[in-house]
Amino acid sequence: MPGDLRDGRIVIVGASLAGLRAAETLRDEGFTGSLTVLGEEPWPPYDRPPLTKQVLLGTAAPESTGLPMRRDVDADWRLGVRADGLDPIGKRVLLAGGEALPYDRLLIATGTRARPWPHPEQAALDGVLAVRTRDDAAHLADRLAAGPRRVLVIGGGFTGSEIASACRERDIEVTVAERGPGPLVGALGGTLAKLAAGLQRAHGVDLRCGVTVTALRGDDKGRFTGADLSDGSRIDADVCVIALGAVRNVEWLADSGLAAGPHGVACDAGCRAFTRYGIVTDDVFVAGDVSRFPHPLFDYQMLSLEHWGNAVAQAEVAAHNMVSPGPLRRPHLGVPVFWSNHFGISIKSVGVPTFSDQVVVAQGSVAERRLAAVYGYQGRVTAAVTVDMGKWLEHYQRLIETAAPFPPAPGAADGHPLISELPVPSDVPDPAGLSHGPTVALTGHLPDRRLTVRHSGT
Amino acid sequence: MAVDTLLERITDYASRPDPYPLYAELREAGVARQTDGSYLIGGYHDIVALLHDPRLSSDRRNRAAPYHGLREDEETLVPFLRLDDPEHHRLRALAMRPFGPPHSPGRVDAMRGEIARITRELAEAFRGRTHLDLVDDFAYPLPVTVICRLLGVPREDEPVFRDWSTTIIDAFDVRSGEDADKRQRAGAQARTEMGRYLVDLAERRRGQPDDTMLSAFVNAPAADGVLIREELAATAVLLLVAGHETTVNLITNGVLTLLRHPDQLDRLLREPQLMPTAVEELLRYEPPVHLLQRVPLAHIDVAGTTLPKGVPVVLAVASGSRDPRRFQNPDRFDPTRQDNQHLGFGSGIHLCYGAPLARIEAQTALTALLPHLSTATLTEDPPPYRHSALLRGPRHLPLDLASPRNKG
Repeated sequence: MPGDLRDGRIVIVGASLAGLRAAETLRDEGFTGSLTVLGEEPWPPYDRPPLTKQVLLGTAAPESTGLPMRRDVDADWRLGVRADGLDPIGKRVLLAGGEALPYDRLLIATGTRARPWPHPEQAALDGVLAVRTRDDAAHLADRLAAGPRRVLVIGGGFTGSEIASACRERDIEVTVAERGPGPLVGALGGTLAKLAAGLQRAHGVDLRCGVTVTALRGDDKGRFTGADLSDGSRIDADVCVIALGAVRNVEWLADSGLAAGPHGVACDAGCRAFTRYGIVTDDVFVAGDVSRFPHPLFDYQMLSLEHWGNAVAQAEVAAHNMVSPGPLRRPHLGVPVFWSNHFGISIKSVGVPTFSDQVVVAQGSVAERRLAAVYGYQGRVTAAVTVDMGKWLEHYQRLIETAAPFPPAPGAADGHPLISELPVPSDVPDPAGLSHGPTVALTGHLPDRRLTVRHSGT
Repeated sequence: MAVDTLLERITDYASRPDPYPLYAELREAGVARQTDGSYLIGGYHDIVALLHDPRLSSDRRNRAAPYHGLREDEETLVPFLRLDDPEHHRLRALAMRPFGPPHSPGRVDAMRGEIARITRELAEAFRGRTHLDLVDDFAYPLPVTVICRLLGVPREDEPVFRDWSTTIIDAFDVRSGEDADKRQRAGAQARTEMGRYLVDLAERRRGQPDDTMLSAFVNAPAADGVLIREELAATAVLLLVAGHETTVNLITNGVLTLLRHPDQLDRLLREPQLMPTAVEELLRYEPPVHLLQRVPLAHIDVAGTTLPKGVPVVLAVASGSRDPRRFQNPDRFDPTRQDNQHLGFGSGIHLCYGAPLARIEAQTALTALLPHLSTATLTEDPPPYRHSALLRGPRHLPLDLASPRNKG
């Protein structure tokens, strides 16, 4: 049997970072069969982190973001082709044009797309856009280069903050409208939201928190001119960036019988997809942003991550398991790691900050804008976030991996005791109430409650 | 118990040519307590954990009473290498301003051409010679010339600062069971004198900036803070000393290793594009820095032992880089090694400041030397080593250039 696993037909749906790394790993691990990679966009796999940074600053061309191929994967690249459905009994991926692609094993890596503005006619205004794809980033970079009077960014998550930062760096006026009490609150909680808010204002961002945008306005030529806010105020702007998080690309799996819903496609620790009855499949695997998987460090809750590192690690595990017999399969147990650079600082996160009930500033301080915040849940360390202190992160990662007690032991080398501020509630909001998604979503139940079963209706 | 004397045996000059069997013993022991009460650690994962642990200090002044070195008033010029955050961060960030990102991202890379030219000139002097000492004729003058150029120190002053530099390195060495006060006092004196010399050089450029780092330190925009006189002295001394005393060993150890592995030398001649990974492998296999000294600020549990607060800890990074639990066939020199996260530049917040420069110098130097090495033989193996156990490398590396290599 092991010999068979290295042969046959494998189809990867999603010509993304996860799709590419999976393809490379399949070949690295000796897969000699036919490999087809399907991509909806016409481009070979490209890297997304530069899209909201270098591309918007004009220091990198959108076309230069292609991902380096670490080896020749000898695949049939079907680019500009969309998967429309899945026939798990006939083992075929149904394509938009009516064609059907047979497979022996399938990897789903369809990722996410930008959450659209809920009112289509407002979203259609010229100057209203999101930044998810290479084309989006090129479009926004052109708009910024044209010198708009003001840019309105809706949503103060990581993407919105990075876009606002790029605008300020180009000396463009920018307003950020955030529904929560501060930027990044959904991912990092209240303490760091305060820091992020101070940082944005110090860089001249017109930051509006606790408000929603009620309507986007346009002129008679269909050009975006401004927006109304829930506090009754009005913003005049030429460009509006919708940064309300992402929607998982699962619609094509609606009739597949897989456990695919708004939070993604559920799979086991070995990246094998579940059916909607919770039965594990053996020929359908999932990796990257579209997946949700159980993690032992976080009470086996189903995690949905939109992290670069997770896409790579999970794709490698999925590919390994696709060509390995049962006993040689590996679990995907990596500790989530995430980073962002904006407004001149570097934020790095390890673990799951939203899986917490308390937070403590372990090193540095909010006032210095340089700190390590450690998050705990029921007395153990579950996450850490550093601001311009990334070299310490490895220490906190070890505390998470070993379920070290929270708050961590005192005695830091930076002059004051490790616990410079007493633990305070981590102020992690209910993800259901956020419009722009936290980059980490725990599904099933909130960390402050004990629930055991959840039916995710599909 | 044999492990009680491990540090003594490692620092014993007789072990200098090959300390690696002792490191294997150390890793076997996990944590080795020394006769003076200090601790020695040699496992890769333990070392990495400690280098990232905020409870471990680089500041000797945190040592408990019996381990105190000099009095505080004798230790005025403490470089950021031996400070903790937040002072370390502030000084390192100021020192980084004219050297690396974000303010000077291309500074080191822009030196490539100049480093290649200096290398070429040194190598051209080999012509017609049958014998040379690789250290005196190449591995020492190259980094000295480069760091002088970068900092803005007259190259002709090398005889002036050479003795200071030697005394400073000597003071920094780890020697078990020996009263270090005298060496440390001499080192502090040398740092003061060298600091005064470098501050004078910098002050001459105040208001008349050029492209050197000393000039940048006195002419920097004040928005991010400035180095006061003592900080400038400590920083400049650190950069000048660390900027050449380590690279000499990296290049010399590299040549020695390649001559001991003629098959790999041949391979590099055929595939010079392997040089960057070969240099990384040298940093793992024969690194210049072998030992790091730290002090726990709290009781820290490591590998089943509690490191007590205030008691010195020596981290044998060169041992960690040969740990079989981290590296496959760790005692094999493999210039194509992948996943090579060696400890040659340390780890954590004190990760070598000069690493980008050292990499370029070593890659350039070894690439230029390859054609000469293909017909060279070692006239002494092992060669005579410098005294330092902390900063390990040959004092001389005599080579015979003419005789064809003995292919064994």
